[in-house]
Amino acid sequence: MTANWTLWFRQIVAIMRIDLRKTFFAKRGLWIYLLAFAPEVPMIGHWLFSHRSGGGYNGDTLGQDVQIFAGIFQFFYLRIAIFFGCVGIFANLFRGEMMDKSLHYYLLAPVRREVLVVGKFLSGLTAAIVIFGGSALLQFPAMFWHHGRELMSAYMLHGPGMSHLISYFLAAVLACIGYGSLFLAAGVLFRNPLIPAAGLLVWESINGFLPALLKKISIIYWLQSICPIPMPAQQMHGGRGANSIMELLVIDIDPAPAHLAVINLLLIAGFVIVWAAMRARRMEIAYGTD
Amino acid sequence: MTDIVFENVSKFYAEILGVNRVNLSIPPGVTSLVGPNGSGKTTLMNMIAGLLRPSRGRVVVCGIEPDDAERFFRLVGYSTQYDSFPRGLTGFEFVECYLRLYGYSAKDTKRLAWEAIDRVGLREASARRIAGYSKGMRQRIKLAQAIAHRPRVLVLDEPLNGLDPLARSETIALFQALAAEGSHVLISTHILHEVDLISDHVIMMNQGYVVAEGRIRGMRDEISEHPMQVLIRCDKPEYLASRLFGENQVVEVRIHADRAGLLVRTRSADGFYKLLNHIALNGVQIESVAPADDDAQSVYEYLIGSEESTK
Repeated sequence: MTANWTLWFRQIVAIMRIDLRKTFFAKRGLWIYLLAFAPEVPMIGHWLFSHRSGGGYNGDTLGQDVQIFAGIFQFFYLRIAIFFGCVGIFANLFRGEMMDKSLHYYLLAPVRREVLVVGKFLSGLTAAIVIFGGSALLQFPAMFWHHGRELMSAYMLHGPGMSHLISYFLAAVLACIGYGSLFLAAGVLFRNPLIPAAGLLVWESINGFLPALLKKISIIYWLQSICPIPMPAQQMHGGRGANSIMELLVIDIDPAPAHLAVINLLLIAGFVIVWAAMRARRMEIAYGTD
Repeated sequence: MTDIVFENVSKFYAEILGVNRVNLSIPPGVTSLVGPNGSGKTTLMNMIAGLLRPSRGRVVVCGIEPDDAERFFRLVGYSTQYDSFPRGLTGFEFVECYLRLYGYSAKDTKRLAWEAIDRVGLREASARRIAGYSKGMRQRIKLAQAIAHRPRVLVLDEPLNGLDPLARSETIALFQALAAEGSHVLISTHILHEVDLISDHVIMMNQGYVVAEGRIRGMRDEISEHPMQVLIRCDKPEYLASRLFGENQVVEVRIHADRAGLLVRTRSADGFYKLLNHIALNGVQIESVAPADDDAQSVYEYLIGSEESTK
């Protein structure tokens, strides 16, 4: 195999040019934006409500908000918003074009299937990071701004705020990479990628019941290892949450070091993309049977 | 190395036969692929273009196999039967955005896109969205997309569907021009009376098998079970008919409806022409003698059946 990096780079840029337009501006993708920016709604509502009722914040309420933010981010944003958003974006990169009967235009171009898979993955990833990473960055001010400039400044510049923000953004980006690679592969391999997506959702959900080794065979375990605040199930329920349904979602083994979590997530994604590329080489166009 | 070669190719969709044991060597020029619905035409074309893989055998186009995508698809252009396009694109954007996948510079991409759009006569409509195009315009923009990178092998699935008569004749002229430049132009069509006009070669398919291939005249000569039909224009058709009735090689004689000629069916064309020369020397003025059933329509009906030809 002769490497032709310049050609491959140009082809990946061309693929991204076509696909980004479809991903960002498709009417049927509107629900992904709604899902991504859903956390901002209660956060801004909380801000407005607090503003009307006169405020009166101190360090304790900021601490509570940090816990609430961690809960929203880990229970809703990672497990639901990014998970389903990635299903919508990545599973459609191949399967959606099969449904539209337009995938053959790519397959009739002098593009290696491996390059096509990488180009499409990078298209989906760019869109997912802009939407979900962008929303993660917006959630932070939406949650904490109402504490006032002084407290915010102290939290962000002299406290742990900036490092928390970077960790949450990193977790969102790595969630897009991890889930994105799996759903892209599902779109290549399955006629209905929702079935493997549902399987993955169940697996991620029952993770708390699994033995320690199996818990690590998931995306969410590594993502939660990157999050700066542990899952606050106990605190959210005032210490009486032992039977709470939220507790079922808690992965109660020690988190991995963040750098190991990052490396493992990138390795998982890389392995899945290589596998999808190998399977894409055998892909045929038979729209009539899909 | 210059032909499209099928080596014992079969394709099955699970238990269903697509095509079976196809051996072909298609030379440059215009080749028409004809056959009823479900005969395997599209399967054959999809295999040439690498969209489908043979279950058995192999397909090689000018010495290159479809797995070598970077070389193969510079050589091959394919306009499929699918009337579907990426959403929201104008005609120009459609041609241009897929041309970029070939790695051309932005300037070359634009030049090639305009060249292809001009060849199919769509420059004025190229800024409009494809969603607003007529069926004929969609056919032409697909054709532009298929020829934009100047392929040596052009595969076209029902390319004349939906075209008005003017666009049809312009498109046929384009095929012939491309063939004259040394390209392979492989066309599938249902419209048999155009096959003779368009093609140098014909491949006839039925139920997944190639039932005949080659030049129409050669194919007709090999169909011995159907006597050859000859139309004779002459001044004394009744007299000529009476002379022919007694001859062994003549199977049937009918006076033409305009009573200015007759239609003869014969088992031996060569013998019949010798006989006709002899009769002509005995006072019958013969204006013209022409085969009446060596066109694609007749050959198709003999090989595949008249019921199928209407589909």
